[in-house]
Amino acid sequence: MMDENFYREQILDHYKSPRNRGELDPHDATAEGQNPLCGDEITVDLRLTDDERIEAVRFRGQGCAISQAAMSMLSEEIEGKPAVEVAALGREDVVELLGIQLSPVRLKCALLGLGVVKVALNSSVGTPLPEGFEGLDEVTWT
Amino acid sequence: MKVAPASQTLDVIKLRADFPILAREINGYPLAYLDSAASAQTPRQVLDAMNHVYEHHYANVHRGVYTIAAEATDAYEAARDTVARFVNAASRRECIFVRNATEGLNLVAYSYGSANCGPGDVIVCSEMEHHSNMVPWQLLASRTGASLRYIGVTDDGRLDLDQLAAIEREGRVRLVAIVHQSNTLGTLNPVREICDWAHARDAVVVVDGAQSAPHRPVDVQALGCDFFAFSGHKLPGPSGAGALWGREELLKDMPPFMSGGEMIQSVELEKTSFNALPWKFEAGTPAIVECVGLGASIDYLEAIGMEAIAAHEAEITAYACERLAAVEGLSILGPPAADRGGVVSFTFAAAHPHDVAQIVDRRGVCVRAGHHCTQPLMKRFGVPATTRASFYLYTVPEEIDRLCDGLEDVRELFA
Repeated sequence: MMDENFYREQILDHYKSPRNRGELDPHDATAEGQNPLCGDEITVDLRLTDDERIEAVRFRGQGCAISQAAMSMLSEEIEGKPAVEVAALGREDVVELLGIQLSPVRLKCALLGLGVVKVALNSSVGTPLPEGFEGLDEVTWT
Repeated sequence: MKVAPASQTLDVIKLRADFPILAREINGYPLAYLDSAASAQTPRQVLDAMNHVYEHHYANVHRGVYTIAAEATDAYEAARDTVARFVNAASRRECIFVRNATEGLNLVAYSYGSANCGPGDVIVCSEMEHHSNMVPWQLLASRTGASLRYIGVTDDGRLDLDQLAAIEREGRVRLVAIVHQSNTLGTLNPVREICDWAHARDAVVVVDGAQSAPHRPVDVQALGCDFFAFSGHKLPGPSGAGALWGREELLKDMPPFMSGGEMIQSVELEKTSFNALPWKFEAGTPAIVECVGLGASIDYLEAIGMEAIAAHEAEITAYACERLAAVEGLSILGPPAADRGGVVSFTFAAAHPHDVAQIVDRRGVCVRAGHHCTQPLMKRFGVPATTRASFYLYTVPEEIDRLCDGLEDVRELFA
């Protein structure tokens, strides 16, 4: 299933030198997410134009090369695009960006960034949430 | 002696060859296993499917990145798809792996029940419930202050649904827990009718499907229930794996039951968030290989056809009722053969059920004796215990004949 191309040059390059890493202050939308399987974490800030295009993206987080490289590639891909178009991206788009075959477990790593971007857009301009998103069922205590 | 009918529906002799244990001899007789309602025997195909996982694909599920971990996860999750198809679930997210029907019913009682029942509410179950679909509701009532009311049983072993009118006057009906097919009487209950009654009152319906799912087609959407639990070991599958189906809109809002690994999204010292359905309800490492075995047992049943299995069991049950009813001093509990599944409980004037079971074992016949985890039902019929013969796709008329021969041994011994 996995070959030596799995960690192909471009993925390692994005992982080692992530594009658009950091924070945006001020920003129009922000969201964070985790992948409990690998412990990947990603937080995304977005700035939007008046006609709801992605003007700027910054992300921060930690995790496996696949999750972080996919977010880095995605950040370049979505800059300048209308929010509705970004919210319509799917798993095949992320797989195409990465250019490798992914097992279901690793697919969750790859899709984390796109999911966080969609949650941020949803909170700001009301575009659809990621497929299967159920919200977090949370319990707190003191 | 009557001539046993040949099965019109299944090639039972061919199917029996799939079950290694049926080649055993007990006391010089071939094993006559008439206790499938307690636990069914397992065919070679299911044993092979489980061994195959251990020999080629075994690893813990969900977290692993390496090849065999992905394969084990695929096999486990494929079994979930099989369960979803088996009960006609709207989505795989509605199918939760549990140890058995008992655990599934307890999950609903603790998670849904505790969050939705309180003083002034009425929980309804019936006098014919297995203890596993009675005690969880008793505990729920005592925890929450809700009251618990029982639908009574008629002399011919059916639910007395006329009593529902009086029950609903006692408060707001929140939940109805009912057995699909009685493990003691064999009675097939009108689940659809009960669901319509309950839903008209905004109550949910929990169905104990332990005795129905292995023996007849089950379509949870057509039944109209809200939760449906069954056990793998009453299919021709392993113990330790079962399934709870629940409506997604209910499961989504329910708090977790067991907690720990796998059911979480993120854990901090002060707050914790939970995984998506169905994993929210699957804390800890599951019975990985047994769940694969449960899937394989469903594949085995579906290859034969649930309709054909039900038809074969109807034939065998009719034959058993006819032969047993002709035994002097024997009386059968429950409805006529046409209205029951493949379970026949009886009392025999000559001896106590435990003695009956002991003596027929001399001829290699396995029957259960006792209260069958339905003590209130025994009380209802004024008997301390019964002897129960139960059937499956591999049951042949000769085994019923041998049971009847054994009953004559009992009569001679106790004369």
